[in-house]
Amino acid sequence: MIKAILIFNNHGKPRLIRFYQYFAEDMQQQIIRETFHLVSKRDDNVCNFLEGGSLIGGSDYKLIYRHYATLYFVFCVDSSESELGILDLIQVFVETLDKCFENVCELDLIFHMDKVHYILQEVVMGGMVLETNMNEIVAQVDVQNRMEKSEGGLSAAPARAVSAVKNMNLPEIPRNINIGDINIKVPSLSPF
Amino acid sequence: MSFLDAGIEFAFSFDQLYDRLQSMPAPIRLRELIRTIRTARTQAEEREMIQKECAAIRSSFREEDHTYRCRNVAKLLYMHMLGYPAHFGQLECLKLIASQKFTDKRIGYLGAMLLLDERQDVHLLMTNCIKNDLNHSTQYVQGLALCTLGCMGSAEMCRDLAGEVEKLLKTSNSYLRKKAALCAVHVIRKVPELMEMFLPATKNLLSEKNHGVLHTSVVLLTEMCERSPDMLAHFRKNEKLVPQLVRILKNLIMSGYSPEHDVSGISDPFLQVRILRLLRILGRNDDDSSEAMNDILAQVATNTETSKNVGNAILYETVLTIMDIKSESGLRVLAINILGRFLLNNDKNIRYVALTSLLKTVQTDHNAVQRHRSTIVDCLKDLDVSIKRRAMELSFALVNGNNIRGMMKELLHFLDSCDPEFKADCASGIFLAAEKYAPSKRWHIDTIMRVLTTAGSYVRDDCVPNLIQLITNSVEIHSYTVQRLYKALLDDISQQPLVQVSSWCIGEYGDLLVSGQCEEEEPIQVTEDEVLDVLEGLLASNLSSPVTRGYALTAVMKLSTRFSSVNRIKKVVSVYGSSIDVELQQRAVEYNALFKKYDHMRSALLERMPIMEKTATNGPTEMVQTNGEAEPSGLESKHPPSITQPASQANDLLDLLGGNDVAPVIQTTPAAKPASAGGELLDLLGDLSLSGDPAPQVPVSQPSFLLDGVSSQPLFNDVAAGIPPMTAYNKNGLKIEFTFERSNTNPNIAIITIHASNHTETEMTNFVFQAAVPKTFQLQLLSPSSNVIPALNQGAVTQVIKILNPQKHQLRMRIKLTYTHKGSPLQDLAEVNSFPPQSWQ
Repeated sequence: MIKAILIFNNHGKPRLIRFYQYFAEDMQQQIIRETFHLVSKRDDNVCNFLEGGSLIGGSDYKLIYRHYATLYFVFCVDSSESELGILDLIQVFVETLDKCFENVCELDLIFHMDKVHYILQEVVMGGMVLETNMNEIVAQVDVQNRMEKSEGGLSAAPARAVSAVKNMNLPEIPRNINIGDINIKVPSLSPF
Repeated sequence: MSFLDAGIEFAFSFDQLYDRLQSMPAPIRLRELIRTIRTARTQAEEREMIQKECAAIRSSFREEDHTYRCRNVAKLLYMHMLGYPAHFGQLECLKLIASQKFTDKRIGYLGAMLLLDERQDVHLLMTNCIKNDLNHSTQYVQGLALCTLGCMGSAEMCRDLAGEVEKLLKTSNSYLRKKAALCAVHVIRKVPELMEMFLPATKNLLSEKNHGVLHTSVVLLTEMCERSPDMLAHFRKNEKLVPQLVRILKNLIMSGYSPEHDVSGISDPFLQVRILRLLRILGRNDDDSSEAMNDILAQVATNTETSKNVGNAILYETVLTIMDIKSESGLRVLAINILGRFLLNNDKNIRYVALTSLLKTVQTDHNAVQRHRSTIVDCLKDLDVSIKRRAMELSFALVNGNNIRGMMKELLHFLDSCDPEFKADCASGIFLAAEKYAPSKRWHIDTIMRVLTTAGSYVRDDCVPNLIQLITNSVEIHSYTVQRLYKALLDDISQQPLVQVSSWCIGEYGDLLVSGQCEEEEPIQVTEDEVLDVLEGLLASNLSSPVTRGYALTAVMKLSTRFSSVNRIKKVVSVYGSSIDVELQQRAVEYNALFKKYDHMRSALLERMPIMEKTATNGPTEMVQTNGEAEPSGLESKHPPSITQPASQANDLLDLLGGNDVAPVIQTTPAAKPASAGGELLDLLGDLSLSGDPAPQVPVSQPSFLLDGVSSQPLFNDVAAGIPPMTAYNKNGLKIEFTFERSNTNPNIAIITIHASNHTETEMTNFVFQAAVPKTFQLQLLSPSSNVIPALNQGAVTQVIKILNPQKHQLRMRIKLTYTHKGSPLQDLAEVNSFPPQSWQ
């Protein structure tokens, strides 16, 4: 089982963290720091496996990572996963990102954290590999993104807000808005 | 009329609201936030920005703002990734999940997976939403719900929703089916008893064409087989899983290029790896299943293209499966040879997995692995620590009587050059191997000395006594050893373990050193004064640890009977009588006394140590485990066995009460005289708590609590005579009654006198009563009046228990009775809880 997937840059700044086992927030950050510390001091010409991170589970666990330009992709797995298989999985994941973002770079990951999560969600689910067929992953993510877009998406929210107010059906207002509430609330809306 | 008025008023307030919305700045977008955060030059600046934004988000949440909720949660997730607290967004995630919009649901479910902790109440709230979404008309909403359930579903949720998951596992929609399969794995992990429920749905899983579904189905089947032996048997026998898997695997290998599943020229390596893993579980310890998969394994092993990592991943998995099942011997040789080829691969990852898997198989196929010894030893020189570590472990596993000399040369060389993090493990490994396979004692001693000189400060503490024991027992080469050690000492006095062993040996065999008789080596000529100079140097050196100084001083002392320069030795010893180091001072003072008062005993006391008996815990075989609690050599064996035995009995009883919860129990044997009982009790306590200390040297200081019992004054009065007696035990003719008193001097002490009587027709012998109390109490058992209880109630054994109960807790006690009745030994345990309240209040 995959216990955690961490992406951070060469300075240890996290770009994506996904834990498939519950850890408290401060513990998560500690794990990221320790993992970065372990991984970053390794040369690029050594093997991609690392044992002995003390924080995630002890001797049964391995860190399997790949280093691409400015980013480290680290998968923390237990003995039920094939080491070499996970290496291929990281490759598949990165190639999928590349397909979705067209020449993916660190900035894409920074500004589209939610999208990266959605892509990962189609590759790994609950710590287990879900799908490795890149075309399938890209297709499913695309459809969902289009659905989101048709609703206006995250960024279209303000337009939606205005149109929502404009299109408000007057007779419906008494049902939706509590008059008393408005009278109390309006003054509290500071005009900043 | 009034209705119209109301309408106008609505219109008015609506206008107002509209204006407000226009003028109120919308929360900044996620991207803007990220951009702002990235402009922060310091951590403090970033923190400030985030705190400001968090405040804005909080107030937006408070105002129940629907339109921007998803944007705010997305921002929170970003902050969460950076390590800032975001738990206040948990409930907002739930609200988003309940929304009708896909955008909201998507971010809501993501937030739930990232932010939600293990709190049950939140999960309860979610269950209903997930249930609705699992039955949603859009597959992507269903997918989100499955994904979330499969990631963070609690046991409760799994129980409630397993039915929905099972339904989706049977759908024809492959997008949902694959997610349902993994969700089922999660459900089974959380609630294993739900496994049966998914059994019917597994029937048609493997006939699916979609590889995603096949892959996840294999994961589900693997989980079921691993969890339950019944399931494993069922899938082997009734479902004929092996032939099905073999067929899928064969299709994968035989099918030509399919762009869908191709990874570097190989058809769906992920699925192949998964199937090979499941085959391993099915074939393990099962002849028929193993037989059925032999051919396909051979086929995969020979036909897989290995120029890329993917091919090697499959090959590696095949090898592991071959080694794990009951495969044919030819196949096993093939597997080991593949690993041998891996060892020569340029790719470090392949070398690493080869070493890892060889390590797994070295126990079963020792000779086959042995053939790759030289390649493995070469890996010791690799630059990569992961590979080095594996190679070291494997090298130690390969050492045997035939190759010990060659292997040791390599390993000693490795020890010389390796990173500090390896030295301790490597040194222990060498000791262990040398102990097991040493061709001669001399070689053994040379090897250990080599380790001590190269990695002295890294070896574990217990190697010093072990080496001393080894040297003592090799009588024929004492003079050789002491000469070598003396020379080593002249070269370097910084390696503490080596210095300690050397000091000990010089003290012990100083006469052999000075006489210079050594037939094998060029004998060195040393004078008594030179030797003493070296030892004095050790005592004075800054490099020496306190323990080393102790060794050196004792060595000097021993030389007083082996050398003629007694006066010089006397002087040295007396100097340290005023050392600041208490341990050293004590030794010096004792040795001084030996010179003065007990000079007649000196030569006898300082005689050469006899050959030591090998004890189980002293052996280097236990080296790794005993690390940290090393036994001081020799001294331990002076403990009279009679003391250690009750101690261990007491420990047994401690175990009964559940470990840490109890205070130590003291039990005296009937033979012990009251006066000496105190000392013995202390020894017992010493044994229980500080087992490392040489007991005879501990100055005996008796706690006041103990003295109470020894003094003859009437300490107890009859004020407490009103406490009713109680029967604590009455079984098989043995009756034990407790009577109570309270101490005059200390009201916290309860005194219980036990009266054991026997109403059977034969007497009970070897009667021992033991008791244990919870930790808040302290208990002392005085000597019993006898260990024989006469038959037919013609007398009783009495014993006094004192219980210190400062916190006035309710008394509880567990008792253990052992006695011999009619020739057969009996033992019984009982718990006594019904103490009269007066006895403890």
